[in-house]
Amino acid sequence: MVKHRLQRNIQYGILVVLGLCFLLPLFWILLASFDTNAQQGIRLPNFTLDNFSAVLGDSGNLRSFGVGIILSGGQATLVVIASVLAAYPLSRYEMRFKKSFLLSILFMTALPITAVMVPVFQMFLFFKLQNSIFATMLFLTSSSLPYGIWMMKSFMDSVPIDLEEAAWIDGASVWGGLRRIVAPLMLPGIATIAIFTFSGSWGNFFVPYILLQTPEKLPASVTIYQFFGSHGMVEYGRLAAFSLLYTMPSVVLYIFSQRYMSKGFSMGGATKG
Amino acid sequence: MKRKSRGAFLFLTPSVLLLLIFFIVPIILTICFAFTNMALTGSAAQNLQFIGFQNFTNMFQDPDFRISVLRTMVFLIFSAVIGQVVLGFILALLMKEKNVTFRRIIGIIVIAGWVTPEIVVAFCMVAFFSDNGSLNQIIGWFGISPISWLFSFPMVSVIIANIWHGTAFSMMVYQSALDEIPKDIEEAATIDGASNFKILRYITIPMVKGSIVTNMMLVTLQTLGVFTLIYTMTGGGPGTATQTLPVFMYNQAFVNYQFGYGTAISLVLLLIGIVASLFYMKSMKVKV
Repeated sequence: MVKHRLQRNIQYGILVVLGLCFLLPLFWILLASFDTNAQQGIRLPNFTLDNFSAVLGDSGNLRSFGVGIILSGGQATLVVIASVLAAYPLSRYEMRFKKSFLLSILFMTALPITAVMVPVFQMFLFFKLQNSIFATMLFLTSSSLPYGIWMMKSFMDSVPIDLEEAAWIDGASVWGGLRRIVAPLMLPGIATIAIFTFSGSWGNFFVPYILLQTPEKLPASVTIYQFFGSHGMVEYGRLAAFSLLYTMPSVVLYIFSQRYMSKGFSMGGATKG
Repeated sequence: MKRKSRGAFLFLTPSVLLLLIFFIVPIILTICFAFTNMALTGSAAQNLQFIGFQNFTNMFQDPDFRISVLRTMVFLIFSAVIGQVVLGFILALLMKEKNVTFRRIIGIIVIAGWVTPEIVVAFCMVAFFSDNGSLNQIIGWFGISPISWLFSFPMVSVIIANIWHGTAFSMMVYQSALDEIPKDIEEAATIDGASNFKILRYITIPMVKGSIVTNMMLVTLQTLGVFTLIYTMTGGGPGTATQTLPVFMYNQAFVNYQFGYGTAISLVLLLIGIVASLFYMKSMKVKV
């Protein structure tokens, strides 16, 4: 038993060390954001909120947050609408090409989007869509649609069909059944997909960096890069405050999503078949 | 009860249209453009031509291409396979049957790195590895003089950054897989006198093998596409020291404006992704 306890303590020890390694970079950003003279190293700040008020007082920064919200919010809404519609026949009807369609969808979820950015840029250039927030939103929507459809289908499979049939007998149309019976029962699933899509898009740097040009149209993810990419003398305190504000939505949404995903993590719903 | 309906497929229209325009068409364009001399500047800009396999011949003779493939492999093996998959498994295993509060705290810390957007991770890591950064402060306590990590060990720096950002995903996958192993199997083995290592080797790992394989494929695919982290941390440098395939593709297409060549590189990236994706689907044993 002594050996066993020793083993346990070693395991706790390793976990503490690993935990500290993971904590350190975060701890720095937290301290630096409250320090107007922040440096690259860790140090205790003269606690001040000046960095935050400077970041929030800049209209350019606020606009970049606004653009981010429009881009990610629009994308999340479109993904939810398109994937609910697509999941319905995939979950409820026999169709000839269903199997191959679902396999293609799954296949697309795994493809690295990075690989198609060059031709997508070409396409945007050709149709004069570059620098259009709406077109960028549509591209982002399609890029997360395979994942959205796949998840939505497995969520919808778990809504019993009997309820819908009862509604039909009472005279509801297919559309009415989807809207009044299925969609409300799927709210947790819909919320999960919306949150995942929003967060993914909120953190996406590459797509808006390639497809958008004018500073007024850039979301926070790109603005933050220009902050530490081109400012020669980096103001670490402000940048840390910006980073923290920019990270907040992702954190808050993650916490919300946990409430909906009580059954832990299941490989994008894929394991549910 | 499953029904047949002629009208139902109409519900698929918006998704199919979007996927067609923004997913299928770009993939087809990738295949077409890769065989052209497309460029934004110079004589080729006015004179778009089909040049057959010229881009690919150039690519395989280009030492920069070959080394960026090699770097991509190094990045994949160390940051995805060894880093995220193995470290994620170790974390999940160590956290098993530990004090609930302790488990939760460690979990939150690791997941925080995952929730943090890539660009912020890059910024944190640049500061962490910088000359006056936290890492040099720490090694200073042990009397080691500061090291210019981003210049002397740029690959190590981006690999560690990616591990820091991505490990939580694997950890969560393994945690839920480990939780599903019935307790009595391991207990029975303990009573029979099996050592911890033997239990791990012959019971635990075989029982979560499916999750390990699927997760490994998924993490590999994610890591293959990593651009933001490397580009914003090092810009592919110093020199070309951290130029992996996505960064190389970006530089050829958007810095040198050689779109044809850039697209040919995308096609290689896409093909690697397709092969990995097929393995991934096979590993999942999906039923549709």
